[in-house]
Amino acid sequence: MNALSRFFRRLEGPQTLGRGPAFWIGFLVVLIGACLYPQFSDGYTVGNTVYFFTWIFMALGLSLIWGYGGSLSFGQTAFFGLAGYGYGILTINFGAAYGFTLVALVLAVAFAALFAALLGYFLFFGRISGVFLGIVTLSITLVLERFMAQTAGPEWRIGSARLNGFNGMSGMPPLTIPWPGGDIVLFPDIGLYYVVLGLLVLVYLGLRILVNSSFGNILVAIRENPERAEMLGYDIRKYQLGTFVIGAALAGLSGVLYTSWGQYITPSSMGMTAAALPIVWVAVGGRSDITTTLVGTLTVLAVFQMLTIYGSQYALVVMGALLVLTVLLAPRGLVFALARLLSRPFARRQPGDL
Amino acid sequence: MDVATLAFSAFYQFGDAFAFLVLSACGLAVIFGMMGVINLAHGEFIMCGAYVTVSAAHAGLPLPVAILIGSLVAAMVGALVELVVIRHLYDRPLDTIVATWGLSLIFTQGTLILLGSTMAGIGTPFGSFQVGGYSYSAYRLMLFAAAIVVLVALYALFNWTRFGVMARATIQVPHMAAALGIDTRRVYSLTFALGAGLAGLAGGLYAPTMTLVPTMGTTFIMEAFVTVVVGGADVFLGTAPAAALLAVVKATLTSWYGQLFGQIGLLVAVIVVIRVLPRGISGFLLRERG
Repeated sequence: MNALSRFFRRLEGPQTLGRGPAFWIGFLVVLIGACLYPQFSDGYTVGNTVYFFTWIFMALGLSLIWGYGGSLSFGQTAFFGLAGYGYGILTINFGAAYGFTLVALVLAVAFAALFAALLGYFLFFGRISGVFLGIVTLSITLVLERFMAQTAGPEWRIGSARLNGFNGMSGMPPLTIPWPGGDIVLFPDIGLYYVVLGLLVLVYLGLRILVNSSFGNILVAIRENPERAEMLGYDIRKYQLGTFVIGAALAGLSGVLYTSWGQYITPSSMGMTAAALPIVWVAVGGRSDITTTLVGTLTVLAVFQMLTIYGSQYALVVMGALLVLTVLLAPRGLVFALARLLSRPFARRQPGDL
Repeated sequence: MDVATLAFSAFYQFGDAFAFLVLSACGLAVIFGMMGVINLAHGEFIMCGAYVTVSAAHAGLPLPVAILIGSLVAAMVGALVELVVIRHLYDRPLDTIVATWGLSLIFTQGTLILLGSTMAGIGTPFGSFQVGGYSYSAYRLMLFAAAIVVLVALYALFNWTRFGVMARATIQVPHMAAALGIDTRRVYSLTFALGAGLAGLAGGLYAPTMTLVPTMGTTFIMEAFVTVVVGGADVFLGTAPAAALLAVVKATLTSWYGQLFGQIGLLVAVIVVIRVLPRGISGFLLRERG
């Protein structure tokens, strides 16, 4: 019991919303609801829900980099694409036997993280910050897209995997769990749903522990005032680089899950529009907290999906308008704005409130 | 190929790359130098200028007039955007990036919905000429001249006009300029409109050489970003030398390995330059002088 309460204490802190028994009972109810959900739905709908879930890792990574660390990065989609292509290349070459897809998952995420570490070294140790970080990461994303788009020729192959230019790669095996009575192939169905849900809970709780640890506190100190954090003796470059790499790894995880979900990845998953979407999800929900990011991402994705059904061409216009309005009217995100709006009659105004 | 034709070919490649970098970056650089704001809808202002120019040319206007109209319309759209969105975000530069990106999504997709996926273009004027058995487009040389004219005109505007003096005062110490009676908000609005107009000019000038699609802005922005990052906050001490430096990199790599490697070379150059000179070339030059 003592160990359990110590574990819960590490999940709570000044850097995350939600604490105490009420929050965790609510969390448990939502989790049980999520676990029971496939019982009340068909495999196709569940498969689509997994599609939503795969994006959340990338959004949580961006929340860590941007919301907690204060560095606006447009590079998430680049890492997403790198890991997705990495997974495709590895599994097309080596197949899915002996649980190799899981190894490929780890390798692809590690590859994205390694690329992020190399890039982040130049960016953060070159003391690039603020708007420049945003546009350099965006340029890298765009160049990667153009690079992948021109790999249509037969000379662009790695082993037996053709990169296929703008048409993208397809035909890689989905994630497969080796099992004594025959491998479990995770098609976009109930099996994959539980695996991704489990990963999501792990990542969410892990990030809660991370941002409430001393690492998270220093990260927020850097966001609030980099000079002050530096004067207090912290090497802010290392913390920023660490955050960037963790965020990139999460984006890579999204990329692998997406590729495995649809058995498909294209260069446009790294394009301008694709790079804008994580920013929309994270900004609209409330970037400075992982719970609001999670809720916001799921909400925006659901709205986007509904809009796409009624008129796909207007969906992007609505997304753009949503982003502009959020930045202008609710800079901390809609969840925070709603919470303030609801609590305003009851709470006294704090000095320094927005 | 003898030395003279080789030299001309190298000059032509360099001039082409230089013109592209200067024209696509100067609007972004003017706005960034003035307000520290990066306008991610820059590509869409370029697209706007190109579309208006081509529409005006289709309506029978001569090309120079059409280009002028294109950049004026882009400047007006810029002034409107400043009034509605940017004005409220001056103290939050990161949020400005995000908001202008939202605008960029709206403009690109809105153009696609309203005007369709492509628009009939106009041919490249002036034809071509021959040097040493190779054919060159005369319009590309005209673009090089246009880039030089734009730089000179900006220099004149910022140094010899009343607006320029007020703008430079506002860049240096905004609240002091305001205390001396300069309406800094108006200076910001005008500068933003100027930047948007320069983007429109770039769009209009390149419209005859390109396919008009709603996403054409993305062709320009990477080069524009790179030039502004390498150049730093000053248009003359930063953007122009940065464009010259990057044009050498781009022209060399493009002629040897193709366009994509030209872009990758630009990116590598940027990452190396910011590692050595974090405040860009202009930051380096100004520190040396100061």
